[in-house]
Amino acid sequence: MHMDIDIDQDVCIGAGQCALAAPGVFTQDDDGYSTLLPGRENGVTDPMVREAARACPVSAITVRERTA
Amino acid sequence: MTELTDITGPAAEAEPVAFPQDRTCPYHPPTGYDPLRDGRPLSRVTLYDGREAWLVTGQATARALLADPRLSTDRRRDGFPVPTPRFEAGRDRKVALLGVDDPEHHRQRRMLIPSFTLKRATALRPWIQRIVDELLDAMIERGPGAELVSAFALPVPSMVICGLLGVPYADHEFFEEQSRRLLRGPTSADTLDARDRLERFLGDLIDAKAKEAEPGDGILDDLVHHRLREGELDRGDLVSLAVILLVAGHETTANMISLGTYTLLQHPDRLAELRADPALLPAVVEELMRMLSIAEGLQRVALEDVEIAGTTIRAGDGVLFSTSVINRDTAVYDDPDALDFHRADRHHVAFGFGIHQCLGQNLARAELEIALGSLFTRLPGLRLAAPAEEIPFKPGDTIQGMLELPVTW
Repeated sequence: MHMDIDIDQDVCIGAGQCALAAPGVFTQDDDGYSTLLPGRENGVTDPMVREAARACPVSAITVRERTA
Repeated sequence: MTELTDITGPAAEAEPVAFPQDRTCPYHPPTGYDPLRDGRPLSRVTLYDGREAWLVTGQATARALLADPRLSTDRRRDGFPVPTPRFEAGRDRKVALLGVDDPEHHRQRRMLIPSFTLKRATALRPWIQRIVDELLDAMIERGPGAELVSAFALPVPSMVICGLLGVPYADHEFFEEQSRRLLRGPTSADTLDARDRLERFLGDLIDAKAKEAEPGDGILDDLVHHRLREGELDRGDLVSLAVILLVAGHETTANMISLGTYTLLQHPDRLAELRADPALLPAVVEELMRMLSIAEGLQRVALEDVEIAGTTIRAGDGVLFSTSVINRDTAVYDDPDALDFHRADRHHVAFGFGIHQCLGQNLARAELEIALGSLFTRLPGLRLAAPAEEIPFKPGDTIQGMLELPVTW
């Protein structure tokens, strides 16, 4: 399943749960906010992305399944 | 009891249980909470002074309410629940970070998150490993036999947070004792006096740092030389932040190390499983976080009426969260009282949830993995040096953990 990810950095509290759950997709920038790793901006297929979104304590991550 | 008359739904049916209660086994919720473990997501409980509050015990409800901006952590507000006398202390005083709501909370947290990212915690691992190794070397040299809280569980996180903040570890006996009084009272006056002493100690340190031409490399040095100087933070808030970072930074992790060790020693089959497969360590730490739920009784007050789980929490109602019961919700966990390193779900609320979720959780995970992993690797014969049921642990009105832990090897 191909998924697009939106991160709301205004909401992010830098807990790092996304980077812990899906380290192949998320990281934290120099300010501590969640951001996508290079190359992940155009969508991912990693199933742990849903886990990362659910782990986020402030619901800053939105995952949309791409329909062909 | 009048508040109960207009409540519909399952929460109205049972007699309120007293909260908090002491645990009967240090790693299980108090047996007195058994009536709360029948699947209801929230119930009324009675506090020490006879007042009532809501106690949340269901995981989905807890996650929804902890993330709900209509619930406040500002203890200065009317109706804020006071579960134990020591919490009356300084209720009129602002507590930085964990005692303020957004947007002020977000402004404070933003200054701290670069220092507590997962990347930063990972980068600190070799340094934490050295601290752990040196403490174990010294303990083994003096042994066999040790009191593990004072020889290991407390000094590990104490040295780590001192190094990170830029607080001299030489003062550890002072701040550890005042932290103990802050968190355990027993009286409101003890707690207030401990807080005053910690604020004076850290206030003096902050003033000394402000006079230094070249800032040191601690988090407090950075806050003093940038945020304070640039007017983003006033001295009062900085001192309050420093107290929270220092106290939360060592006390919680120390309790997890001592109680985690005790729990693993009481589950020899699970300990053997960890020893056979050290790659389980992160899952072991996560499962211990869930099972031990040492930060029990998170506190909020409702700012507006909140409809949840067929119940109405009224504006001004106190809301408490029993992390130990929430983290054993049978709707989420099979056999929730068992220690199981292979659970698929890791959405426990041991670090809280919502905007106040623990700032130091990535650091805590790193410390716990290194401390517990090294302890059991270095001491394959580690065992309790007293009957398990005679070893004293903390009362129910504070962060849970062992008061002492006699071990030998």
